[in-house]
Amino acid sequence: MNPIFKSHEKDFMRIEADQVCVDYNGTVALYDASLNLKAGSICGLVGMNGAGKSTFFKALMGFVRPSRGKIRLNGLRVNQAQKDQTVAYVPQNEGIDYAFPVSVWDVVMMGRYGAMNIFRIPRESDRRAVFHALERVDLLDLRNRPIGSLSGGQRKRAFLARAIAQRASVLLLDEPFSGVDVPTEKLMAELFLQFRQEGHTILISTHDLNHVRDFCDFVVLINKTVLAYGETSEVFTSENLNKTFGGIPPNPLSGPESSKDFVNE
Amino acid sequence: MVSALVGGVCGLLSCYMTLKGWALMGDAVSHAVMPGVVVAYALGLPFSLGAFVFGVGSVALIGFIKQKSRIKEDTVIGLVFTGFFALGIVLVSKIKSNIDLMQILFGSPLGISQSDVNQTLIISFVVIFILLLFRKDLMLYCFDAKHARSIGINTGMLHYLLLTLLSLSAVVGLQTVGIILVVAMLITPGATAYLLTDRFDRMTILAVISSSFSSVLGVYISYWSDIETGGSIVLVQTLIFLIAFLFAPRYGIFKNQSLINND
Repeated sequence: MNPIFKSHEKDFMRIEADQVCVDYNGTVALYDASLNLKAGSICGLVGMNGAGKSTFFKALMGFVRPSRGKIRLNGLRVNQAQKDQTVAYVPQNEGIDYAFPVSVWDVVMMGRYGAMNIFRIPRESDRRAVFHALERVDLLDLRNRPIGSLSGGQRKRAFLARAIAQRASVLLLDEPFSGVDVPTEKLMAELFLQFRQEGHTILISTHDLNHVRDFCDFVVLINKTVLAYGETSEVFTSENLNKTFGGIPPNPLSGPESSKDFVNE
Repeated sequence: MVSALVGGVCGLLSCYMTLKGWALMGDAVSHAVMPGVVVAYALGLPFSLGAFVFGVGSVALIGFIKQKSRIKEDTVIGLVFTGFFALGIVLVSKIKSNIDLMQILFGSPLGISQSDVNQTLIISFVVIFILLLFRKDLMLYCFDAKHARSIGINTGMLHYLLLTLLSLSAVVGLQTVGIILVVAMLITPGATAYLLTDRFDRMTILAVISSSFSSVLGVYISYWSDIETGGSIVLVQTLIFLIAFLFAPRYGIFKNQSLINND
């Protein structure tokens, strides 16, 4: 849509998507999606279920190949950015087997694999990164527990710690707030603000409009394509939200469940 | 000695099979290598080559049929491996050679030739070497393939690597316990170890120990009491599993309550 950045800032783009189209066997999931994010910003990706949020993430992570368009992360192609550990991705984790025999420490250490040599032997710096990441999400005391023994919120924090341990400058978080308890939600919101301070770029998909209001600098409203994009104060108008949620304005003060209900009705 | 090594190889791989949920895949591949073994034997090629081609071929075929039809995966797996297995049996009876069907089906560790022993040794060491080299990557692939991909690891390569190792292990396993029971070698030790620990490294060690121990004890029992070797090895493995199932400290039926309450 309308990139809000002036051309001389282009050099600093962390996430750059240009007219990305994705289709699954002829069905269009996303078309002409463009996005430019600079360092030190938090961007909310808002849309209904099935609006293409996850597809956009998958395209940014190279899990699906766009049929058209260009994606650059820190100026690099996606697979190169992944190899350089400049991008970390926290999925929704439906597919994880929580009975897997690994400890919290092991899981977070997996974030360091890409930075290790072929034998994946942790060095002192890797251990420090893991220790630090666990400290930030407040899971240090539970580091030797099996991952399956954690509560839902603690699991979310463990996977966030894995992304932190990667020390990537770009963080892609798919629905980080879904199904977490209040303390975890608070802790994560504080962490995201700290990350921004440190110069990280964060893209968060959510359907809780409160979160967007609270800490997103920018917001992308999508429904198969980017409907509106820009600074939160400018884009977050009832007119734009109408467009995004199919004419029925969700109450911005209600929780994530209500916006889902609108979809179902 | 050879049996212990084979047990170790299969035990190591069984951890990945059970954690990845590939038990049925292991069954399929181990049966599907049958025609490969027969063809290789008839042409005078190494066992392992034929088994490898048909093992990987069956998996490719399973993937192809699943993708191109509406049939569910477990049905496709059952369909393909029985088809391959039947082809193997027909080939054995058609090709005039000195292959003993019973030997392929039930194995005969006490009666294998020196060249077979050498081949088994080479394959075993190759499999162990690759598994040790890629053990963390494969573990990550089994746990969270998405994350593996997101940090730039080639998951497609790991998928086929694991399948290749499965085919090779099936080949060494079938020489000791035979095609029908080789899947036990590829599942039971992993399942047993899984009940005993929450750490992946310990699980692999336990699986290797229990698997090697079962192989050696099974061979001894079979030698001294003149019973089928494959059967006795797998029975020992199953007994060890049952003991773990009943008495594992944390996950057994009669688990230690105090241990859980202390946690």
